[in-house]
Amino acid sequence: MPAKKLNLRKRYGLLTRGMGWETTHQKMDDVFPYDSFEGIKITDWDKWEDPFRLTMDAYWKFQAEKEKKLYAVIDSFAQNNGQTNLADASYLSAIKLFITGVTPIEYAAHRGFAHLGRHFRGDGARIACQMQAIDELRHQQTQVHTISHYNKHFNGLHDPFHQFDRVWYLSVPKSFSEDALSSGPFEFITSISFAFEYVLTNLLFVPFMSGAAYNGDMATVTFGFSAQSDESRHMTLGLEIIKFMLEQHEDNLPIVQRWMDKHFWRAYRLLALVAAMQDYMLTNSPMSWKEAWDVYFVENGGALFEDLSRYGLKMPKYHELATAEADHISHQIWSVFCSLGNATGFHTFLPTEEKMAWLSEKYPDTFDQYYRPRFEYWHQQQKDGTFEFQKGLPQLCQVCQIPMVFTEVQTDPMQISYRVTEHGGDKYHFCSDGCKDIFEHEPEKYVQAWLPVHQIYQGNCGGPTLPEVLEWYKFTPEDIGNYIGSQDHARWQEWTGEDKEVKQA
Amino acid sequence: MSDKKNTVFLILQDNDDARPIIESVEQDNPEATIQYQPGMVRMEAAGRLVVNRETVEENLGREWDVQELHLNLISLAGNVDEDDEKFELAWN
Amino acid sequence: MAVIAKDGYIDLVRDRVENFHGNQLVYVGWDDHLLFSAAQAFPLPPEMPFQTLVSEVMASVFNDHPDFQKIDWERAEWVLDGESFSPAMEASLKENGIGHKSLIRFKTPGLKGINGLRL
Repeated sequence: MPAKKLNLRKRYGLLTRGMGWETTHQKMDDVFPYDSFEGIKITDWDKWEDPFRLTMDAYWKFQAEKEKKLYAVIDSFAQNNGQTNLADASYLSAIKLFITGVTPIEYAAHRGFAHLGRHFRGDGARIACQMQAIDELRHQQTQVHTISHYNKHFNGLHDPFHQFDRVWYLSVPKSFSEDALSSGPFEFITSISFAFEYVLTNLLFVPFMSGAAYNGDMATVTFGFSAQSDESRHMTLGLEIIKFMLEQHEDNLPIVQRWMDKHFWRAYRLLALVAAMQDYMLTNSPMSWKEAWDVYFVENGGALFEDLSRYGLKMPKYHELATAEADHISHQIWSVFCSLGNATGFHTFLPTEEKMAWLSEKYPDTFDQYYRPRFEYWHQQQKDGTFEFQKGLPQLCQVCQIPMVFTEVQTDPMQISYRVTEHGGDKYHFCSDGCKDIFEHEPEKYVQAWLPVHQIYQGNCGGPTLPEVLEWYKFTPEDIGNYIGSQDHARWQEWTGEDKEVKQA
Repeated sequence: MSDKKNTVFLILQDNDDARPIIESVEQDNPEATIQYQPGMVRMEAAGRLVVNRETVEENLGREWDVQELHLNLISLAGNVDEDDEKFELAWN
Repeated sequence: MAVIAKDGYIDLVRDRVENFHGNQLVYVGWDDHLLFSAAQAFPLPPEMPFQTLVSEVMASVFNDHPDFQKIDWERAEWVLDGESFSPAMEASLKENGIGHKSLIRFKTPGLKGINGLRL
């Protein structure tokens, strides 16, 4: 007769607290040198508890099952030429942006959590971070495996990690993750687990992945939801660590609030790219960016911060502006990509009549008034054969590194939002008060920002001309430009025998 | 603070494994609403939502470990409390 | 306030003017013409006459807009780093007070973009 299984609480206690010890040959402060310099005060690490009470043995067992399920789908997708069941091949622009912009952040998160899994003093927190480090590596790997099938058939998917370190719009996610990685462990976990994963990743993984299912991309929805099952654990870890810091010492509150304000804004700015994916790059969108924002930030984030208000934590600064911008950012970002499509590693395409009708319905206060006219004008130019991508390079925000396209949505949505400050005799420009505040708090960090436009002008990106820079990015001529007339489009027409235009409904 | 209870939610993949769990949520949380979206099922309730091991086992016809929930979980909102008997989400 | 980061940050200002090989950065934004989603960045010699900025540099990007040819430069309104200013066309950027990473914005009265929609 087998021994009776211990209950979950006991097992969790033994397999976490039982795994650590107070060091004697070396001082604890020397063994864990990174967990105090940020000013966070912890008096009792044992108060930290993983609400899932997940132990390593259970972790391996369930993760192995998730992997088996996922790889069965990936294999079947590849064997049955799943790529031919997509709603339209133009949809793959979203997947190209995903593999170049999101997958490398998963790897960066892996590095960060591996560091925390060594350097947090509390064993419970350390073990949860070790699991998350393995999760993040798994996400990066499963995304590469899944999307490698598309790489056999379509352009623009061949060098995501090389491109992440170089390409102008990929410096946005790169700088976001490096900002977190270079900070201390408590700030890192506040940034990634709380501001990004709890408050914002639902916006990326839930409606966007549901959108992948809606567009016939069975491979992406499967890795997306498989990753998201880990994210639920990460979100819970994020919430737990915030509560833990706030319960441990009252001096922690102002530090946590400032990190919350900063990393909410940084993560939110990064998600502007996701907003464009959601509204414009998905052939058929089950939910608009604005609807997703209302459900997953306004409602869910509101409930979360109401719950945290008992510790004195307030909603992140400028959240009202983010909500006001929900009517605008997807249109602004897609506009800038469409006008610079000769320098993007994915194909750009204008929204169809059907898509614009959908956008008018979803954005009754803004789309027809502010955004439809520019798309119609570009449509007319394409029809007349006079459309040209813009020459010249845009001004970038010093902190989020996005071209300065955001506007004064609360007062004048057709006026670009310009902010500036001086430091050490030089001027620094920002897209928003949120980004400016972040700079002014730690100017020495952001004066080092590797802004792609400035790097091109300093001569560090392969040469002064566009073809030289694109070659340095490893963008081939087939990767860039309009979808209509591209190799991807031609291949799609061969398979489907139709679809002369972008198909969107 | 108002008496209004904020929404908690649990989102699972829309597949065979999830069906007995969804049924259990409906049985044990009569006020919960269930929304089907492409590829996923979103269950939400005011203030609190619980998945009981016993109910899932009755629907499933076999032993069920609460941690099996992780296999089909997509997202959640609320403070988590999990033990051998139940998985609970709540806002305080 | 100093940076709170894992390893001490070295003193590196990545975009100091010395790194631009004799040029300085200048940003130019055309108000009410949002077909150009953002202001444009240019590396320019500080000795460049303002007139050259207008007729060559700005034209190289903005000339794709049908309004550009219609601009009456006598009536253009200029803002340099947040202050309205009247550029001396024959004087250099430097003599006009345009520094490294200065932002020049201009409005073109009477020209409100495509169909008057500020595009």
